[in-house]
Amino acid sequence: MYGKGILKGLGVTLKHFVETYVDDFRRGRKRYGTREGVEYRSSKDVSGLFTVQYPEEQLIIPEEFRFVPFLVYDEGENGEREIRCTSCGICAKVCPPQCIWIHRSEDPKTGRPVPEPAEFYIDIDVCMNCGLCAEFCPFDAIIMDHDFELAVYDRHSNNIYDKEKLLKPASYYQKIRPRNYAAQEKIRQEKAAKKAARARK
Amino acid sequence: MTDTTLVAEHPLLERFPEGVTPDERKGYEGFIVAADRLVEFATALRDEFGYDYLSSVTGVDYLPDGKMEVVYHAYKSTGGGALVFKVQVPRENPVVPSLVSVYPGADFQEREAWDLLGIRFEGHPNLKRILMWEGFAGHPLRKDWKEAYFEEEKKPFGSRWPGGAVHRAEDENPFGKNVVYPPDFDPEKWTPVGDEALYAGLREFKKDDDLKTEQVVVNLGPQHPSTHGVFRMVVTLDGETVVRLEPVMGYLHRNHEKIGERNTYLMNIPFTDRLDYLSSMSNNWGYVQAVEKLLGDKIQVPERAEYLRVIMAEFTRIVNHIFAIGTLLNDLGAYFTPMLYALEERELILDIFEAVSGSRMMCNYFRFGGVARDLPPGVYEKMRDLVFERLPRKIDELDRYLTENEVVRARCEGVGVLTPEEAIAFSAAGPVLRASGVPYDVRRADPYGIYDRFEFDVAVRYHGDVYDRYLIRLDEIRQSIRILQQALDQLPEGDVIFGSPKYSMRVPAGEAYGRVEGPKGELGFYVVSDGSANPWRYHVRAPSFINLTALSRMCEGDKVADAIIILGSIDIVLGETDR
Amino acid sequence: MPDELNAKGYDIPPEMQNTVAITTLDKLYNWGRRYSAWPMMFGLACCAIEMIATAASRFDLARFGMEIMRPSPRQADVMLVSGTVTKKMVPQIVRLYNQMPEPKYVVAMGACASGGGPFKEGYNVVSGIDKFLPVDVYIPGCPPTPQALLYGLMKLQEMMDKQSIKSVRWYQKGDLPEIPVPILGPDLIDPRDYPDFEFKLRQAYAEKTEEEAS
Repeated sequence: MYGKGILKGLGVTLKHFVETYVDDFRRGRKRYGTREGVEYRSSKDVSGLFTVQYPEEQLIIPEEFRFVPFLVYDEGENGEREIRCTSCGICAKVCPPQCIWIHRSEDPKTGRPVPEPAEFYIDIDVCMNCGLCAEFCPFDAIIMDHDFELAVYDRHSNNIYDKEKLLKPASYYQKIRPRNYAAQEKIRQEKAAKKAARARK
Repeated sequence: MTDTTLVAEHPLLERFPEGVTPDERKGYEGFIVAADRLVEFATALRDEFGYDYLSSVTGVDYLPDGKMEVVYHAYKSTGGGALVFKVQVPRENPVVPSLVSVYPGADFQEREAWDLLGIRFEGHPNLKRILMWEGFAGHPLRKDWKEAYFEEEKKPFGSRWPGGAVHRAEDENPFGKNVVYPPDFDPEKWTPVGDEALYAGLREFKKDDDLKTEQVVVNLGPQHPSTHGVFRMVVTLDGETVVRLEPVMGYLHRNHEKIGERNTYLMNIPFTDRLDYLSSMSNNWGYVQAVEKLLGDKIQVPERAEYLRVIMAEFTRIVNHIFAIGTLLNDLGAYFTPMLYALEERELILDIFEAVSGSRMMCNYFRFGGVARDLPPGVYEKMRDLVFERLPRKIDELDRYLTENEVVRARCEGVGVLTPEEAIAFSAAGPVLRASGVPYDVRRADPYGIYDRFEFDVAVRYHGDVYDRYLIRLDEIRQSIRILQQALDQLPEGDVIFGSPKYSMRVPAGEAYGRVEGPKGELGFYVVSDGSANPWRYHVRAPSFINLTALSRMCEGDKVADAIIILGSIDIVLGETDR
Repeated sequence: MPDELNAKGYDIPPEMQNTVAITTLDKLYNWGRRYSAWPMMFGLACCAIEMIATAASRFDLARFGMEIMRPSPRQADVMLVSGTVTKKMVPQIVRLYNQMPEPKYVVAMGACASGGGPFKEGYNVVSGIDKFLPVDVYIPGCPPTPQALLYGLMKLQEMMDKQSIKSVRWYQKGDLPEIPVPILGPDLIDPRDYPDFEFKLRQAYAEKTEEEAS
């Protein structure tokens, strides 16, 4: 019969349409606005409405998600910031679009380089979010952020991130990437233990 | 790949005792052909030796030697390795005979080499610039040509570390923009080269026709809702029938190759993501494969990484084909519904990519000797859920509501036909080639990775029309699911990368051509190394670019509305077309 | 009547709260525009795919009144510059912008449209659409995820809320100047550079010879 294909197609779309109501009815209140609901809507079983209603609810961000990088500092006992970066420059060397600028500190007396950056800039209008800087950083000092709400009205005054804007505490790092943090922390502690052992000898 | 021991005794050398010599540079392969024997050589290659498929044509600027080299890669359409042949000409005024008469598929690629490297192809029917505009000063891929924001010959730049003083490149330029003009340029005395020349060639008047209708030249694009990006077709119409069609591209020419030659090898991986931005994993693979060939024995890919590569590449194929079907239906006028359904599945697969690689589209997941990281917990189960349950069900649904649809059939069947002979001659690749009845799939014809371990069929259809190009994508999704099911079942434990990854490495001098069966077709990367940390030449054989060579042939004689769906059925992505 | 329309400081009797709103003309004007900002259906590069994904079912631009993407600039309010702006394409983009009726907004989506992005150094790439068009919102990211795009569009709506009929540039006296369309010469030529073109050209070459000398 001519037109059977069209009718079959319309049947599928009708099914999709009806499913939205059936599914809303079956899942009730839990379907929207809850983590469980968002998880369901990103699972294999989802039928019916597929929308995640940002900003009221958000997709669950996987740990590996990368947006722009940030610098990690450890919080000392008195609240001082211990910047992990030693300004070794590997991130600046590996960056594909070359959007990282590092000015190494120098000891004012001897003129020798000090392992801390005096300045650290990232031009996020050039950054391609590739994550190579974080991947190759030997000190876990630069990490890819999860924060994507960065839209601004003026890029010229906002979009070159300096050291102050890039620095975030290690606790934030732990919060967004618990698994990576735990793994790296383990390695760091082992290293520290070895160092201490060597020092004792 | 050609067996190097065979080159010295290849029957081609017997056939051409003069003018053809083996390429004896270390790390290189194939033959060097004298420019005046090229056409004769290529004809013999095609007719006597069975190398009927010319895959890639590109130029290399050997500045220190004062030479310009044109590199050709030819294959047999029945499968097997490449036959590489080269022509060397002096750098000043390089002239090479055109091969368009032998292999029509060389058309756009020769134009590109003229545009970017300034190699003139004698006998080319339409040797105009293709990516840049007519009137642009210089040939940018020449090694001594420098752009406005030029900083240094090679990355990393010295200004970034240790004394990094932040600056924006535009602040250094007196114009405040990314521009550079010849020193004697005077805007007052200069007249722009407009599109008139382009239009003039397209109008032709029939003389012996009773009913005279005037032909109209219509521009479709570059801003057009169904050109899949910034692509432009200049169409000459007689009534509603397409008389001639000329594709105009370059509106997204982002200088991928020039930047790629400045990058280190590792830096290029995230850039390849942005070629065909719908299928970044396949792009990664093609490039990584080329560089791994150059590295040779120095690097071995662990088992688990091989499997992960196949899994990601096949997921990418599904994402791409499902999107291609969605946009094709969009072009047909089924405004957005099939697209919405297709995008749902795409989103679920992108969730997996995001969890594994960190980004939905720009995955940057492959590394030399493996992949960037292992699967995070929970992802394997998610992949199984999709592959064994949801995707087969949803593909069947897609099949059910579209394939039999009478409107789809009426619009697609018999439209934009490409015969198998034409498809091979035009160097069409991927679904376009296979829908024309040529069962050529790089995964089978020249297996790479571990594809020889899986059971799957090379999808093939025989009509060569838009409808078959739609069906073949459905078939390929099904085959991909089949491969995925096997790969997920067999996925071994172990390392995912060889050794500890380095951020900078030297690559032995030589050339390599890595090719994979991307979702759009054969995706090749031609890399020449001079032994340093940056490639000397980096060229992408882009399937969506070369598939367009056949576009005007497919559209001639069809209606203008069909031109849109024919373009949709080729499935181009402008990031790859223009690079 | 939506609550947000009500101006502060007026007491509406409870029985009329759902039927009457006391408001200013600005508020009404902004409210109307905020929920009917139609984007132009126009994609440049990778970001365009994320723009399509945003319009599709998971993120659903329709919730912001932006689902109607218009292929014609004459019917569009927002130009989403979604991707790398190349020199070959920029004349067309400027022409499209000139054809859009006021009020019109430009959103630079992604690193490329904002500042050239990873391709900035390339010879055919314009380092940011703001070299030619007035941009209202910049969305960083390469590419911005659909949620990042939605956030940027919400920023645009916030911006609309703050505008006043009295001060917006399209209701001032006289015609709005059109942006001169760039020309494709030996390189991209911006007609606005013409007055001191020769001076800049000389400057460029003076710098170059200086560099070579040092």
